[in-house]
Amino acid sequence: MFGNFILLLDSTVRLSMPLLFAALAGLYSERSGVFDIGLEGKMLAAAFAAAAVGVLTGSVWLGLLAGIGISVFLALVHGFACITARGNQIVAGVAINFLAAGLTALIGHAYFQRGGRTPGLDDDARFIPINWPGAEALRDVPIIGPIYFELISGHNLLVYIGFLTVAVTWFVVFRTRFGLRLRAVGENPAAVDTAGISVTLMRYQAVIICGVLCGFAGAYLSTAQSASFVPNMSAGKGFIALAALIFAKWRPVPVLYACLLFGFLDALGIRLQGYAFPVIGEVPVQIIQALPYILTVVLLAGFIGRADPPKAGGVPYVKER
Amino acid sequence: MAGFTLWSRPFYLLCPKSAGYQAVTATPTAASDATPTSGPLAIELRGIDKRFGAVHANKHIDLKVARQSIHGIVGENGAGKSTLMSILYGFYEADQGDIFVGGQKVSIHSSNDAIAHGIGMVHQHFMLVDNFTVIENVMLGAEGAAMLQAGREKVRKDLKHLSDEYGLTVDPDAIVSELSVGLQQRVEILKALYRGAEILILDEPTGVLTPEEADNLFKILRQLRDQGKTILLITHKLREIMAVTDEVSVMRRGAMVATLQTAKTSPSEIAEQMVGRRVLLEVEKGPPNPTETALEVKNLTVRDKFGVDRVKNVSFVVRRGEIVGIAGVSGNGQSELLEAVSGIVPPASGSVVINGQTLSHTGDPAEARHMGLGHVPEDRLRMGLVKNFEENENSVLGYHDQDDIGGAVVLDVDAVRNHAKAQIEKYDIRPPNCRLKTANFSGGNQQKIVIAREMEQDPDVLLVGQPTRGVDIGAIEFIHKQLIAMRDAGKAVLLVSVELDEIFGLSDRILVMCGGEIVGERLPDQTDENEIGLMMAGIDGAAGAEAAE
Repeated sequence: MFGNFILLLDSTVRLSMPLLFAALAGLYSERSGVFDIGLEGKMLAAAFAAAAVGVLTGSVWLGLLAGIGISVFLALVHGFACITARGNQIVAGVAINFLAAGLTALIGHAYFQRGGRTPGLDDDARFIPINWPGAEALRDVPIIGPIYFELISGHNLLVYIGFLTVAVTWFVVFRTRFGLRLRAVGENPAAVDTAGISVTLMRYQAVIICGVLCGFAGAYLSTAQSASFVPNMSAGKGFIALAALIFAKWRPVPVLYACLLFGFLDALGIRLQGYAFPVIGEVPVQIIQALPYILTVVLLAGFIGRADPPKAGGVPYVKER
Repeated sequence: MAGFTLWSRPFYLLCPKSAGYQAVTATPTAASDATPTSGPLAIELRGIDKRFGAVHANKHIDLKVARQSIHGIVGENGAGKSTLMSILYGFYEADQGDIFVGGQKVSIHSSNDAIAHGIGMVHQHFMLVDNFTVIENVMLGAEGAAMLQAGREKVRKDLKHLSDEYGLTVDPDAIVSELSVGLQQRVEILKALYRGAEILILDEPTGVLTPEEADNLFKILRQLRDQGKTILLITHKLREIMAVTDEVSVMRRGAMVATLQTAKTSPSEIAEQMVGRRVLLEVEKGPPNPTETALEVKNLTVRDKFGVDRVKNVSFVVRRGEIVGIAGVSGNGQSELLEAVSGIVPPASGSVVINGQTLSHTGDPAEARHMGLGHVPEDRLRMGLVKNFEENENSVLGYHDQDDIGGAVVLDVDAVRNHAKAQIEKYDIRPPNCRLKTANFSGGNQQKIVIAREMEQDPDVLLVGQPTRGVDIGAIEFIHKQLIAMRDAGKAVLLVSVELDEIFGLSDRILVMCGGEIVGERLPDQTDENEIGLMMAGIDGAAGAEAAE
């Protein structure tokens, strides 16, 4: 029982990572006043680029770099539409999602001839689990053993980077000059402008950071969690990440908790497939799979109270005079 | 011109709390103490010229501002005051002309340049981040280093220092949105001082303040001047110019037309310079010819959502053919009275009778309208207009279900526009374009749109709240004439205004409100501004004592 629970938590961590990267990406963008519904698209494009470059070069690092590159490029497209051209942020984000979904499948199919999938990746082109020193030795020690072996050790590098990013984001947002300006520009860009800071520059910086983190999210999907790209493999995770961000009221540490919760629900859904409950018996797999989404709706509808987004979010900044 | 002399009379400045009275009346002496010192000028502008396309916003402006003085800049809306100050603060660059700060020629291309030359600005709409603390707001853009900790400590120390020196006390850890408007403005001033501003520009600083907060601000401005700062005050309110400035420069249609010593000028002289002609605020009108009662208010009490009685047992009548003016310091129940009489807010008790019919107060103002009541609300942008609508849409708002423009389901757009065109012509609304967005009309013309709409319904009773607030002096004359014409056509007019000269100029009877009660009634030719002013302040009689608490 305890072992099962640890395994459940272990897969919770694995499944919540792409959500975590994407939600933190959204945090930077939205804190600066640029709503980003295109997390999903950036993640998908990055997943494809990381896998494709990984297959071609055999290097996990070049794959990651390619994922980040394409994601930052799409973020800049989004930034150009929303910041420079003052377009509608939601429409621009939706466009990026469509673009990514269509182009990854199209290019993937044209190049690899496998119905949009990439060939499987070798271990060199993947982020593989890292076993911490002493993990094997401690494995059979009760309680501590499973926790150390399954939960703490044995994850790939990106998982550790993900947790680190939460701490770094908290520090950047609340303890640095950049963070102060980032929070200000999402609340009242006119105040930032009259203080002699460029609103445009601040927002582009935020959007670029968003792109980088979406790159990590995408690379995680195709080169850490799986070993190839599959069309539409992001499967709505960008939207769940957005929900987690709102759930966490745009704060880094609660974002971690929210993502772990959604990851837990996902892991639970997988575990419960085929499990015969007492009294009701086996529950159809579709209901189990729908569970995280149902709970998302319930949580967002009733349990978090008011979530006030950054006040200037969604509104392009136009110098008044 | 009699009306304008009111500005300098102390009664006008009275308000229920006596602190404000002290602050404002102290001015004339303060102004003479601080005769501008000799030495280099704080600011000198030479030949500043700025065009926006076809609009010549600033025409070869020269301006000299003495060090350690409070210098007022007045002018009507659109006279170019804000453009000039924006050039000084680096929002715009002038097409021509030079700026000298402390005798040195400087070039100002951005707000950063202005700040570097010791110029700070307090904007009309505060530039604050609502959910930040005072400290975070003050340090934004001047953090000192990439990490915030050191900057935070420095701001805390400096705020303490500034608070000791100028009496600008504010809790450094308070969240800005939880501060009163007056304190938020104080944070804006602190922001400028923290950045080392020696010259402070304030753009219409009192627009959002209560009279008391305004008087408090003036006290602070005087103190800043006495400690060596130079202050530029942009306003269109003559009362403020007279109360606090040492010198005043008047702008008209983009040009600087005069610079006057405040102590040696009068409000009427400044007004004449602002408009370019002698202004008659005293509307010519014949004696009233009141007939039967059209509006009767009986024992009306209005309670707000906090359970406080804002209108206390008020009774009066307005007859056809007369204008009844309600005088009072803003916030003494006049707004609530208007809302109850027009049927917007149900009263706690009492009744309103229009043309013999008692208002049922179901919360639907259409009922009062059907009984023959027209209402020009106090705040046109909040209750009178939808500013993103076209002019013609606003011209039928509230009457849009009438048959002549199509009735209840489908609007007859052509009929609406023809309707609007007729009003535009009759009321001289400019520009004469009924398809223009209402936000693009000036304040005076927006007010004319509301007045035209209400008057054209030919109501028997017309409620008018602050008909000339934020309206240029020229348009005031027009609006006043229209109100007199209504009266002469045998309508009953109830006028609420905080401008005493307006009350005196238009009313046939004056009711004075203080603390939610009507504390007295006078005929305009049997009283004077002093008596009404004392009644408004609640100094006369028992009701006054209550209001002064």
